Amino acid sequence: MSKFKDIKKIIVEKPLKLDCGQTINNFPLAYETYGKLNSEKNNAILIFHALTGDQFASGTNPITKKDGWWSYALGPGKAIDTEKYFVIAANVIGGCMGSFGPSDINPNTKKPYGTNFPVITINDMVNAQYNLLEYFKIEKLFSVIGGSMGGMQVLQFVSNFPNKALTAIPIACTASHSAQNIALNELGRQSIMADGNWQEGFYQEQNKQPDKGLAVARMAAHITYLSKVGLQEKFGRKLQERDDLKFSFDADFQIESYLRYQGSVFVDRFDANSYLYITRAMDYFDLTKKFGGNLSKAFEKSHTKFFIISFTSDWLYPTSENRDIVIALNAIGKNVGFVEISSDKGHDSFLLDVPDFLNTVKNFLNTSYKNIK
Amino acid sequence: MKKEFYNIAKLVNQNSKILDVGCGNGELMKYINENISKDIRGIELSKSNVQKCVEKGLTVIEGDAEKDLKQFPDNSFDYVILSQTLQAFLDPENVLNELLRIGKKAIVSIPNFGHWKVRLHLLFKGTMPVTENLPNEWYNTPNLHMCTIKDFENYCRQRKIKINLKNLKFHNFFSELGIFVLEK
Repeated sequence: MSKFKDIKKIIVEKPLKLDCGQTINNFPLAYETYGKLNSEKNNAILIFHALTGDQFASGTNPITKKDGWWSYALGPGKAIDTEKYFVIAANVIGGCMGSFGPSDINPNTKKPYGTNFPVITINDMVNAQYNLLEYFKIEKLFSVIGGSMGGMQVLQFVSNFPNKALTAIPIACTASHSAQNIALNELGRQSIMADGNWQEGFYQEQNKQPDKGLAVARMAAHITYLSKVGLQEKFGRKLQERDDLKFSFDADFQIESYLRYQGSVFVDRFDANSYLYITRAMDYFDLTKKFGGNLSKAFEKSHTKFFIISFTSDWLYPTSENRDIVIALNAIGKNVGFVEISSDKGHDSFLLDVPDFLNTVKNFLNTSYKNIK
Repeated sequence: MKKEFYNIAKLVNQNSKILDVGCGNGELMKYINENISKDIRGIELSKSNVQKCVEKGLTVIEGDAEKDLKQFPDNSFDYVILSQTLQAFLDPENVLNELLRIGKKAIVSIPNFGHWKVRLHLLFKGTMPVTENLPNEWYNTPNLHMCTIKDFENYCRQRKIKINLKNLKFHNFFSELGIFVLEK
């Protein structure tokens, strides 16, 4: 699409065999970089974004004109210090920020792929992004980092490429998507599909957008990123620009108004089909599947030093699921640290200004980097 | 740093693989990490202590030794250190077994309830002893299973745990602290 013509991308020529059986090649992978690659090429970090993120992790997103999604953590002097490290962030395949996705034009039909786009997986996303190492001629990454779906990609990356990352920080994630999370994703997908404008996924051809369905999906998902305590403290039963209840279905409460706003701004920046494809990839994620249910086996060949982080109020990817990864690594004597950060900001904690979290990332990276010097 | 930590640090070999169970604020780990072996990590229950370890750039696993030691395979560390924590566990016998399972050697220190000050305190005051090493009152002490150096030696003898090296300066009557290197 034309709005993406000025963003950085590589065209991956090599065929990539997807888990679904299809093979893709000559596909675009949009990326952004922060900081400078040093001459030893030992300061590179690959970060992976979550469901609705993109390659614009810091600074101003040139498409949305908003701050990058990880502006608190990434930048000069920040936890992931771009004065020290060279950070690469790519848009996942299936996404809608310039990488190969369902809104791209199918060269055979000259129409957007829509739901003819192949179903992709976390494994496919990671294998696509691996091409960036070759593009930048990086033999070994200093670190791979990501939260939520980004954390799943971290785990998959280390499992697929056991000698390509010195350290790894999976944050607020899981090795195997839970029934609850599949259910919540299905709720979002059904909301999109129930919108008459969705047109079985071929809405672009008809100049339609399933905005209502996508907005409701976002509203539901947004609740899951917060915590009960956090919501109560921020909104309670506060009313929205009114003195009393209106006995109607307007947004009487501030929380209603807030969610409606979150839904409405989301549809301006995100593609409904991408939402279907990416949530599907998350649901299909089960790193233990290939290893007979034994997560340790996924990391057997790895020499990566792990640091795993969870948050007390995250009920979407709770501490117990993060701890399962720690247990699997300890069981095979791998080097792993783990902290559960106290925060009432829910799953979203990793995106927000949570000083204990940011300091933890900073300290782990800086100490690990000092040790290679 | 506490004198106890220097004494423990002297017992571990260069570049050995070490786990510090109940590593607190990471003081001992930091010293070993900087001077003896980089291959050291800790387990700590308290969130604020975990953060202090992280600030020192140490590898720490937030967790409960009573539950979480079982995830480590047999003989996965050259040394497992347990400093003045054994008496605070609900099930110290289980923890001790786990230390000896996952470590080739376990270094265990205990506050000695047989020290003369402790004995005199109870004898003359008739109240629960409060000393520098045992600073809490009976109602708020974390120490559930106090023992003396002699008790601990008897325990190890009964279970055929080898006390590989006992720092000879320590003595049941005169030592406030006992440090033991144990082997299966």
